[in-house]
Amino acid sequence: MLELRITRRIGPLDLRIDLSMGSETLLVAGPNGAGKSSLLRLLLGVVRPDAGRIALNGDVLFDADLEIDVPPEERALAYVPQDYALFPHLDVLRNATFGLAALDRRERVRRAAAWLERLGAGHLLARYPAVLSGGERQRVALARALARTPRALLLDEPFASLDPVARQELRASLAGWLREWRLPALVVSHDPADAALADRIAVIERGRLVQQGTLEELRRAPGTGFVAGLIESAPPAGAR
Amino acid sequence: MRSRRPGIWDVAQHVASAVLVSFLLLPVAALFLTLSWEDFVAGLRNPILLPALRLSLLTTTSSLGLVVGLGSLLAWRIARRPGRASRWMEAVTQLPAVIPPAVAGVGLLLAFGRRGLLGGFLAEHGMAPAFTTPAVIMAEAFVSAPFFVQAAIAAFRRVDENLLVVARTLGASPFRAFLRVGLPLAAPGLLAGAAMSWARSVGEFGATLLFAGNLTGRTQTLPLAVYAAMESDLRAAQVLSLVMVALAFALLLVLRRLGPGVTWPGPEVRVA
Repeated sequence: MLELRITRRIGPLDLRIDLSMGSETLLVAGPNGAGKSSLLRLLLGVVRPDAGRIALNGDVLFDADLEIDVPPEERALAYVPQDYALFPHLDVLRNATFGLAALDRRERVRRAAAWLERLGAGHLLARYPAVLSGGERQRVALARALARTPRALLLDEPFASLDPVARQELRASLAGWLREWRLPALVVSHDPADAALADRIAVIERGRLVQQGTLEELRRAPGTGFVAGLIESAPPAGAR
Repeated sequence: MRSRRPGIWDVAQHVASAVLVSFLLLPVAALFLTLSWEDFVAGLRNPILLPALRLSLLTTTSSLGLVVGLGSLLAWRIARRPGRASRWMEAVTQLPAVIPPAVAGVGLLLAFGRRGLLGGFLAEHGMAPAFTTPAVIMAEAFVSAPFFVQAAIAAFRRVDENLLVVARTLGASPFRAFLRVGLPLAAPGLLAGAAMSWARSVGEFGATLLFAGNLTGRTQTLPLAVYAAMESDLRAAQVLSLVMVALAFALLLVLRRLGPGVTWPGPEVRVA
């Protein structure tokens, strides 16, 4: 269970979000500049909220009143940014073992290789990120993030850097993986097609949560013009 | 069909290039061309050469260590925490690059000399750096720091913020993220900066002369030895100069290898 209630001023954006989610996939949608990526950075702990509280499975990650602010490296959140942020100076295997420094070398390699294998990147171990395709990069980035057995998964525009074919293929794969892992997964996207991934959708506009619910609920009573546009171009119910 | 003939603009480029390149090349060529083999060997035997070479290597290595050690942390701080303090610190680190070296020498003397700002404090703790080998290192560090720090700031700024964020989410402390991600990705820029900074140290003359003096074996580095030799034995000055030219050439080769487009292992990985 991930609960957050935060406020933060970032330039002209006044972000006030109150949100909670269980072991489900939540799609955070919204127009550009609505505060979607800022929300992720606040969750990760690289940007500090002005006020509020973030808790994950009962553990407080941030509480302004109690002056609790757990650093990013101790939050056990997996984060895959839009460009996947693979370390360009490390090969695929060393990218995937990066987060496993606490384990001994043999266990590190075993665990990373197993995750890479599982996500269909097992044949890329010795390659460097620059020679990988977009889809391969995403698989490696996911394996790297999940090898640490995180408590929640944060994906920022997971398919934006992919060509249409790879996008469709990976969206299908990711939907399957997410069902299998049962992690709280927060997927930030502006692409209506990504609604197919999600159990629920939360729409953010100008720093505020304007509507949340299942695709069906949103379809029945779209609260804003953006939501109406979103569900119009979203895949039909049951596409998932 | 009209044929194209070089216009005035083309001619101007060729002439300007020829003039400037010859002007830059001629003095260096003269160092080699005006010295016979016998003179070269005689110059090498001049007792001034070896202590100066040894001292130059010792002091420039020390000042480089100082500049790279402190400068890397400063540059990382400036690159990663933009704001008024960082802008101010960046401007300060640029100062020595525009101050004439002789003025730097006077400043160092007035700050760390016996009667300088910190002179009393240093003397109380048994330190009087002026006119000692440490003064040479200080003078070199002062004039060469901007070259490294500026290159390091630029190199660190090119490190994608997202990579550092991801490193943190993968359990890395800020220091480990710096060590495992920031440093290796900035390495080509840091090495180029270190090389430029070292070159500036090796050639340092004015600040050293004023703050450290010109004492054989203690503060007489290669450039000061050239200056001293000019008065007695021109051949020795020339040989010393050739030693420094050789060092500069070696450095140029290294820099060209480190130039833009240093490649990471793997075929197309470019981190410019």
